[in-house]
Order: sequence, then structure tokens, then C-alpha cells
Amino acid sequence: MTAAISADGIRKRYGDVQAVDGVSLTVETGEFYGILGPNGAGKTTTLEILEGIREPDEGRIELLGLAPWPRNSKLLPRIGVQFQASAFFNKLTARETIRTFASFYGVGPKRADAMLERVGLTDSATVHTDKMSGGQAQRLSIACALAHDPELVFLDEPTTGLDPQARRNLWDLLRDINSEGRTVVLTTHYLDEAEVLCDRVSVMDHGKVLKTGAPAALVREIDDTVRVSVESGQLSAARARELFGAAGAEIANLEDNSVSLSVSTRAPAPVLSVLAEQNALRGLEVRGATLEDVFLQLTGREYRA
Amino acid sequence: MSTTSATAQQTPTGQPPAERERVSAFAGLSRVMLLGFLRDRGTLFFTLVLPLLFLLLFGSLYKSSGTSHVKIAEVGSVQLLDQAPGDARAQLDKVLSITKYEDQNAALEKVRKGDLDGLVTSGPNGQVVLRFSASDQVKSGSVQAILNSVVESANQAASGKAPAFTLAASQVEDNSLKPIQYLTPGLLGYAIAMGAVYGASFTLVTWRKKRVLRRLRLTPVSPLAIVGARVGVSVLVALAQTALFLVVATMPYFGLKLSGNWWLIVPLVICATIAFMSIGLVTGSIAKSEEAANGINQIIVLPMSFLGGAFIPLDVAPGWLQTVSHALPLRYLIDPAKSVLSKGGGVMDALPSMGILLAFAAVMTLIASRFFNWDDA
Repeated sequence: MTAAISADGIRKRYGDVQAVDGVSLTVETGEFYGILGPNGAGKTTTLEILEGIREPDEGRIELLGLAPWPRNSKLLPRIGVQFQASAFFNKLTARETIRTFASFYGVGPKRADAMLERVGLTDSATVHTDKMSGGQAQRLSIACALAHDPELVFLDEPTTGLDPQARRNLWDLLRDINSEGRTVVLTTHYLDEAEVLCDRVSVMDHGKVLKTGAPAALVREIDDTVRVSVESGQLSAARARELFGAAGAEIANLEDNSVSLSVSTRAPAPVLSVLAEQNALRGLEVRGATLEDVFLQLTGREYRA
Repeated sequence: MSTTSATAQQTPTGQPPAERERVSAFAGLSRVMLLGFLRDRGTLFFTLVLPLLFLLLFGSLYKSSGTSHVKIAEVGSVQLLDQAPGDARAQLDKVLSITKYEDQNAALEKVRKGDLDGLVTSGPNGQVVLRFSASDQVKSGSVQAILNSVVESANQAASGKAPAFTLAASQVEDNSLKPIQYLTPGLLGYAIAMGAVYGASFTLVTWRKKRVLRRLRLTPVSPLAIVGARVGVSVLVALAQTALFLVVATMPYFGLKLSGNWWLIVPLVICATIAFMSIGLVTGSIAKSEEAANGINQIIVLPMSFLGGAFIPLDVAPGWLQTVSHALPLRYLIDPAKSVLSKGGGVMDALPSMGILLAFAAVMTLIASRFFNWDDA
């Protein structure tokens, strides 16, 4: 079976900026694939090259076994695309918008309306697109990308700017889309999103793929400490250090800020048993490394606009 | 699939037949463009209402022009005017309006100011004294000629002989150009130019700005369907403008009489719409924003309308203007439209202009394609 996407050595330069610098990736059929990276990492350009609206300077790409560039009208009905900023016709309502997009694929109004229902916009069907909230616009945009039942779906930062509730709703929708057998490729700079949704992610920066793998595998790979914290006042910092030492737990850091007593360690088991013995588990929190730690380790901590 | 049964019929690989696809994409695009036009009050006003208001306004203003009435003051009693026989006096009243004045100085002041064209008073020995201002040469000529003929015919009648020469005058049916006959095609040309130039350029600019063009590129819609839908909608709008204009202009109040081949206006309007749209394609490809497109379009459409004979008949325009007008596509609509609508023009009056309009469109479209961009980035 051919991979949904196979890209090899894509490069794209704008003037002095090497936006994409030798990206290679393979997305399997049915996979939920994330492209992660800070702003300006080259995610969107990579996605646009994969979609076929930009021609790469170098590299070979196949979507569903077909080349996306130049414009390939055999391939286009099989892919669905959602842009970072929604692209709607002016002066149309939500229902008119999705029906119009559906018409481009020869899909009738019934199926278009069903898609609107699916993303929960039936009640807003007569709202003009320029009056919609960010979440509504994103959902409509995704519905438009799905109206023709594509096999492969590209989503460019679909949850940017949404409130937490709208984000969770959208996650459910995206998971459903994927579980129906569609291949989904998504860019995001929200790490929790990638961790929750994606089967595999590629972390990108400076136009290059730094690392690819399942989120959990990437997290495990970075050998980071576990942070254990309990409420202050149950155990003094000095006494805690003494007990942990006696239990043979190597402590990287220990502090009490009078709200929490926090311990960073690579050996959480003895630390936890000491706290249990001392009956000092009130407010217990254990936090392991997350994709965020992977991300920061790979892309650095310096602030970027 | 966890979707409803209606959606489950279409699997990801189930393709609808290609034929149906094309038809409905064209219909979908046409609908979007038409709704975009109908829901934009500004566009609706400038393409449909404003030109029609111009027609109503200018049509009413110029309705009675051509029969320039001469106004004179009669100071005291002038026998010649007062004692003219009934039918002679009636003839006189068609071209002269006579107001009686007692104060000669007040009347003279009015002549100086141009409120009156002349002043008539009785002199000694049967003299009729005429004082006139030469500020309006046509009117001063008229007032002299009219009064001269009144005096002459009075002299002739006083001699008691039958006149040696008589004038047999009869009216010729409408070979002169009445204002409504040039106002209708002129203002219609302006209206169509506005509608088509703005329609094409704004579709291009807004769709590019809102990333719709780019989005369309990722759907299987053919560029031909997009262009076809835009042409179709613009032509529809132009034909609606034409119908509206003809209905208003042929009302008895304005009195435009359509001549035999007036239907030739339809192919003419179609060709002209395509030509004007090609201008919009160029401005829409160059302009980065709606504001810029608006400015560029105004700079093109307004001068083209003035120089191309939309507001003034080119027949009476100076030679240089007539020369300039030949370089403007608007002329190739207005001129033949005038001819086929009310002057009995035939196919051969329209055909060459249609050819020129289409050739113009081809050249402009070629230019537009060199500036065209799918998106701003």
C-alpha cells in the first residue's frame, strides 16, 4: 500500500530566507500526523508545498501516489484543505458557503447541509461568515474541507485563537474525522494538542525536521527529571532532604516556597514512598516530561516573535 | 463510518460523474457572484441606481433644450407686437416670450445682466427700437432676426401687395438628435462600464485578499468555469441595466422611439461588457486592495465616460475629442448603440464595433495575465 504522503528533500527559498531546508517525511494511510514548530519554523510553507499551491525549489512529493505540482485535477477531489486564515466568499451565509464549496466537487446541498450539522453549525446556518466567531469560522472552514469526503485532509493551525471549550470540541471532531479512516495532517504550535491527537509528530525548526516519532516515544527519549510536589507544612525541607538521602533517592532539586514542597528527581519511587511514610501526600502532584519539554529541548528557549 | 446514512453512500473514493461536476461548479460560482453583487448596496447603487438617476435628471433637464426661447421686454406699447394678427402672434409666442415693462431703465438693466435677451420700444416715425446684449451670440442673432422678420412682414402687409416670395415650411420627422437619443446610449454606456469594470476588478481583489482564489486552486474547479461565471454574471447585470434604461427612456415623458433594429443593442452590450471586464481584470490584477482598485477604476471610468461621449454627444464635440474617443472602448458601444436604438441603424453599424470591442478585450486580458497573482504572499 502506498503511503498517503511521501516527501523527499523538499527545499524552498524566499530571497535570503531558506524557508524549507530539506524536509523529508512519510505519512501512512489513516495516520494522524502533526507538524510542530515555533512561529516561522517553516510549517506552513511545508504544508503549502505538500498541498500543491507552492512549487518547491527542490524535492520530490507524492500524495496518494500522485504529484501535487503542477495542479493535478485528478488528485484535488481526493484531498481537503483548511487554511490558517479562513477563506470564504464575501456576503454569504454559512450554509451558502458550504453548499458552494460542495458544488465545486459536484456534491449536492443535502450532503453539504449534513456536514454543517456535523460541525454543529446548523443553528448558525443563516449567519454571514464575516459575523461568525473564531470557533465557528474554523469549524465551517473544516466542514468546507470535508464536504467532498476527501481521503487526505490538511489542517493548518485549526485551533489557533480558540477558547478552551471550542478547542476541545474541535479535537473531538478531528479525532472522528481520523477514525473514519481519513489521513489527517495538522500543523500546530500547541503541544498538548499534538500529544492528544497525533499518532506521530515531526518537530520542525529553521526549515528542518529535527525529530519525528510518536509523542510518547519522543517524551520518553528525553531523559528528564520527574517533578513531585506536595502542600507545604507537612514536612520541612531539611527533614525531607535527610529522609530522601536515607532512602537512596538522588535529588536534582528541592525547594519549599511556602506553598509547595517540590522535588525534582530521576527516581520518583523512593521519593513517593518516603512521602507516604511521613503521611505527607496532601496536594500530591507528579509531573513527568511532556512534549513541551521535548519541544523546548529541540528548539531552544529563546523568545521569538 | 460514523456519519449518517446519507453521507455513507459516498465513500472517499466514490467520485461523482465529471459532467455533473462541471455544471454545478459553474452554477455555484455564478450564484456566489450574483449574491455578492445583489447584497452589496454600494455596488447596487453605483451600477443600477445612480446611472438611472442621471438619466432621469439629464433627461428632464434637456427635454426642452433645442428650442431656445428668446425673452424680450416690451417697454410701453409697441404697436407692431400688440396689433399682430392672432395666428401671427401665436407663431411669435412659440419663439418669443414678451414681458411688458413700464420702466425702461429697469428693463435695460435686465438686458445687461442677461436676464432678458432684448428690449423693444417704440421710436419716432413708426420706428421699432431694439436694444440687445451680445453676450449670447446665438440669442442676440435670433432676437434680431425674429424682430426683423416681424417688421418686414408688417411692411409687406402695409404695401397691400401679395408677397413675391413665400416660404413653404414643413417639419421633417426626427432626423435631428433629440437629447434622449444621445443621453440613453451615453449614460447606459457609462452604467455598463461602471458595472463591468468594478465587477471584474473587485471579484479579483477581494477573492485574492480573502484567499478565496488560492482556495479555489485547491478545488477541481477549472479556471474556465470561474471566468465563464464572472462573464455570465456581468453580462446579466449589463442586460438588466439595458432593460431598465430602455423602459425608462421609452416612457412617453422622455419619448425615446426605438427603431427597427434596436435588438442589436443586446450583442453590442455583451461585447462591450466583455471589453470593460477586461479593463477590470487589469486593474484587479494590479491593485492590492479594494481601495486601490476603486481609485484606479475611477481614474479610468470617469475620464473614459467624459471623453467617450457618455455625457455629451460626440457629434458636436471638437475634433480633437472625436479623435481621442476613437481610442476608448466606450465609444464603440455608445456610437453604434445610438445608431441602432433610434436612428434606424442596421447590423453593419454594430458589427465592426463589436469586433473592435472583442479585440480590445483580448489585448487587455493578455496584459492582465502578465500581472495576475493567485495570492498576495
